[in-house]
Amino acid sequence: MQIPAPFDYVRASSVDNALALLDRHGAESRVVAGGHSLLPMMKLRLARPDWLIDINDLYELDYLLVDGPVLRIGAMARHTTLLESDDIKRLFPIITDAERVIADPIVRNRGTIGGSLCQADPAEDLSTVCHVLEAVAVVRGPAGERMLSMADFHRGPYETAVAQNELLIEVRMPIRASSGSAYEKVERRVGDWAVAAAGASVTLGSDGTISHVAVGLTAVGLDRTVTEVEAVLVGQAPTEALFVEAGRLASLACDPLADQRGPIDYKRHLADELTRRVLRAACRRAAASVSEITI
Amino acid sequence: MTILEDRPTNPAAGGHDRPIGHGRMQRKEDPRFVRGKGHYVDDIVLPGMLHGAILRAPVAHARLVSIDTTEALAHPKVLAVITGADLQALGLAWAPTLSMDVQAVLVTDKVRFQGQEVAFVVAEDRYAARDALELIQVEYDVLPPVVDARKAMDPGAPVIRDDLAGRTDNHIFDWEAGDKAETDAVFASADVVVSQEIVYPRVHPAPMETCGAVADFDPIDGRLTLYETTQAPHAHRTLFAMVSGIPEHKIRVVSPDIGGGFGNKVGIYPGYILAVVGSIVTGKPVKWVEDRSENLMSTSFARDYIMQGEIAATKDGKILALRTNVLADHGAFNATAQPTKYPAGFFHIFTGSYDLAAAHCTVTGVYTNKAPGGVAYACSFRVTEAVYLVERMVDILARKLDMDPAELRLKNFIKPEQFPYANKTGWEYDSGDYEPTMRLSMKMAGYDELRREQKEKRARGELMGIGISFFTETVGAGPRKDMDILGLGMADGAELRIHPTGKAVVRISVQSQGQGHETTFAQIVAEEIGIPPEDIDVVHGDTDQTPFGLGTYGSRSTPVSGAAVALVARKVREKARFIAAAMLETRPEDLEWEKGRWFVKGDPSVGKTIAEIAMGAHGTVALPEGIEGNLDAEVTYDPPNLTFPFGAYICVVDVDPGTGHVKVRRFIAVDDCGTRINPMIIEGQIHGGLTDGVGMALMEFIEFDAEGNCLGGSFMDYLIPTAMEVPDWETGFTVTPSPHHPIGAKGIGESATVGSPPAVVNAVVDALAPFGVVHMDMPCTPARVWEAMQGRTRPPV
Ligand SMILES: Cc1cc2nc3c(=O)[nH]c(=O)nc-3n(C[C@H](O)[C@H](O)[C@H](O)COP(=O)(O)OP(=O)(O)OC[C@H]3O[C@@H](n4cnc5c(N)ncnc54)[C@H](O)[C@@H]3O)c2cc1C
Repeated sequence: MQIPAPFDYVRASSVDNALALLDRHGAESRVVAGGHSLLPMMKLRLARPDWLIDINDLYELDYLLVDGPVLRIGAMARHTTLLESDDIKRLFPIITDAERVIADPIVRNRGTIGGSLCQADPAEDLSTVCHVLEAVAVVRGPAGERMLSMADFHRGPYETAVAQNELLIEVRMPIRASSGSAYEKVERRVGDWAVAAAGASVTLGSDGTISHVAVGLTAVGLDRTVTEVEAVLVGQAPTEALFVEAGRLASLACDPLADQRGPIDYKRHLADELTRRVLRAACRRAAASVSEITI
Repeated sequence: MTILEDRPTNPAAGGHDRPIGHGRMQRKEDPRFVRGKGHYVDDIVLPGMLHGAILRAPVAHARLVSIDTTEALAHPKVLAVITGADLQALGLAWAPTLSMDVQAVLVTDKVRFQGQEVAFVVAEDRYAARDALELIQVEYDVLPPVVDARKAMDPGAPVIRDDLAGRTDNHIFDWEAGDKAETDAVFASADVVVSQEIVYPRVHPAPMETCGAVADFDPIDGRLTLYETTQAPHAHRTLFAMVSGIPEHKIRVVSPDIGGGFGNKVGIYPGYILAVVGSIVTGKPVKWVEDRSENLMSTSFARDYIMQGEIAATKDGKILALRTNVLADHGAFNATAQPTKYPAGFFHIFTGSYDLAAAHCTVTGVYTNKAPGGVAYACSFRVTEAVYLVERMVDILARKLDMDPAELRLKNFIKPEQFPYANKTGWEYDSGDYEPTMRLSMKMAGYDELRREQKEKRARGELMGIGISFFTETVGAGPRKDMDILGLGMADGAELRIHPTGKAVVRISVQSQGQGHETTFAQIVAEEIGIPPEDIDVVHGDTDQTPFGLGTYGSRSTPVSGAAVALVARKVREKARFIAAAMLETRPEDLEWEKGRWFVKGDPSVGKTIAEIAMGAHGTVALPEGIEGNLDAEVTYDPPNLTFPFGAYICVVDVDPGTGHVKVRRFIAVDDCGTRINPMIIEGQIHGGLTDGVGMALMEFIEFDAEGNCLGGSFMDYLIPTAMEVPDWETGFTVTPSPHHPIGAKGIGESATVGSPPAVVNAVVDALAPFGVVHMDMPCTPARVWEAMQGRTRPPV
């Protein structure tokens, strides 16, 4: 049994109560959501909060709803909820694809989207997904609510714009008609963190050309979307030659490190290979959805 | 060419399943396990019990400058902090290993691997013990480490074991088997010779339950009770007596339920000794249970063999000879567990299942700044490495000769009429009939059809591979004339008592870690005595309750202890005959046995059941001369030879050409473990071992960086397979009994772990044939497979 350093524990009863507790206990207090990132770090004594503020009673943050042109996901929505949602499968198959390969059922039953985004692990899958979907993060603190684009929210590995006395409340994803999206990951074993992964979202115009596209990469040293790809794809009809070019650009844009999961050139190769695969799948799904989605 | 053809199966196998003692019965131990009522070391709570925690070295090689325990001792819940200096004063700083070396219990002079034991804290609870570790101040003078075994013997390499008088290098031993001159001569005149460096990387058994102990030393009567995670309670007791000076009759070692061993729980770890010292020092029971990282970083690893293999053959595919030079990384202390005279275990069974004209191997053991160990993880004393070497070499030869690997194997098997077969390195294989086993696996796989499918797929650029492994195991150690561990013969005892009402208790010296002993051994007695297995209690794991014997590892329980149990039951049966004769007022030779009963020849209605005889024995029947009033017996079994189970495995993989990801699509395993007792338990052992094999082949690897930091210290980094990585196992069997075992059983515990890695790797290499890949080392992770496709295979170490 791995034993964390001593800490105190309190359960928050509401969002306001959680914010008040964060304020009261100060710099060395942390909220715990699913605990699947924080607790392992505490057991290894890499994280040593004095206070744990448990937000698992905040059912008001555990929701998922289609609200006009956006999908709103509460910060406490569990991975399993996302994985099993038919709305998500229909609107954002990239999320379903990603959730299928995030950890294992035990972790997915507890881990939350809020915890995932706030942890901002470079190998974390939902950050890439949110970048690709141009999600907006709703953050609440003593001074009220802020809305942040992913570019503003996500400041780099293990770093976000959420201050110590703030909570991530909700993630909003704009719903686009005639769109398709996909995610694919290479892992050494089921439940392992990504060696590399890629996600793409594509919107097709009425003429069948790509009107909007975003490609994101996981675990290869790129904290943004592959903007280079957008310039090349927008306005073009999807073809294999374009996907190949997009893959090439993705492999150039990333900046992976060599580790036990693989050497740099392999990870660059995966950025290329997986970019091609997810663009192919996203375009296929977009074409199929042209007649399906109406908002 | 068609390799698949029907051939009559071995008549001894009978083509039928003839299990012993009620066959496929459910396991007697399972009701407690499935209800969460198993009782493990960590479940033990004694009155007044304290808790220990170990401070471990953060670096791989460093001189210990100073330790300051003041702050830790000031912690309100801490009762003692023990350092190497304290142990030195007691003469306990170093303990003997199972390989005639010594290992530091706590560092006194120098840290020799990352994770080595530096100090031991005893506190009121385990949380305080853990917290207090951070209060110990240690100063280290960091030294350059030896991480790569290939560089351990370089002139100028840092000398790791400067504690050993006169040591000037990192050399441990050189060992050889076979005839070098004869082998070299065969190689010199062979048509075809192929060579390959083959690395079996360092892996770890990673049992679900980590190691731990509860030590309870009673200062009044000087008695030590030690609850331990051990596969060998009796051997541990003897060694504790020899090291600690506590007389053996005052030591009781109890091994309760064990959550997996795989050889990880054979040795004596510093933590066990520290729990004992902690109890002596405080006068209270002390519990120590390591965490997952401690288990992975400091306890017995497996393999770490760098093998230069060479195989010689005629151009039409008759294999003539094998030779190999092995560099063995034993870590910082030579603590491998194997019979004393075999420093490389049974590696010299590397001749495999083939009839060779010559064979020769050398093994050189070296020290490195890594955790000690080497023999673990269901390896049958290094048969794992041996089988991997020969089964890879045969595949490489098949490629060179452009022959089908199944055909090459079939052509070179030892023939049934050659058994007992004396191989070129000194083994006598007890029995075998390899071809029917091989053919059955091919039939189950649909081998010819798979090859056709592969051909079509290759034409389309898809990567499908078919891998074969045919292994011969060497288990059941072992005859006292040939082997011992630290002077202890490798025998096992058994005691059987039939209670007056005909229920029984059998006491055995081996210790289950999940193998199902409480069922299998009851079934053996049931078969011999004719009472139901439910009426037979199997007692094991407590030195006060059981006869002496060397424990469970190397698949030895059924071959050795199983034989003891069969023989003790036969002894009781014979005794019952005399008592029955007295009861029936006839002569013993006039009685005949049927399961559970002696009856008068020619008059089956007159007889006595075992229960009636037991009551008679304990009752008032006038007993014949020399027969005592009980129905009990005991034996100690010294096996006349080892047993040699074998099997044919076929693995089918699909490799994603874009990512290098390997999917094991099918796995066919045909095992021959001689007489089968409980087929369900056998299949369970095989399923587990095959899963191990897929894990080793695809993902498991204890890696170190250049500074000697262990990179496999958690389950995030040391990957073990899940149900998602393995296919539905397709198992089959043949039966070739062991001629020297009382019931013909050979043992099955490690066959699948030994036999499966080469099948998986052979399949991956076969899939990569279009890229010209002839060999790749484990683990076949996506990255390493992709590198192989780029022509950049590289050894893992
Ligand atoms: C074995 C294993 C495998 C995994 N594999 C993957 C994988 O393949 N891919 C992947 O993406 N993830 C993986 N994960 C991580 C998993 O998805 C985690 O659940 C997730 O990263 C964190 O979510 P959580 O709710 O558990 O957060 P917690 O661990 O509770 O919290 C993480 C951090 O976020 C903060 N936090 C949590 N909620 C909020 C909030 N609402 N507002 C502000 N701060 C907050 C916490 O204070 C903490 O600092 C794995 C985890 C494990 C244990």
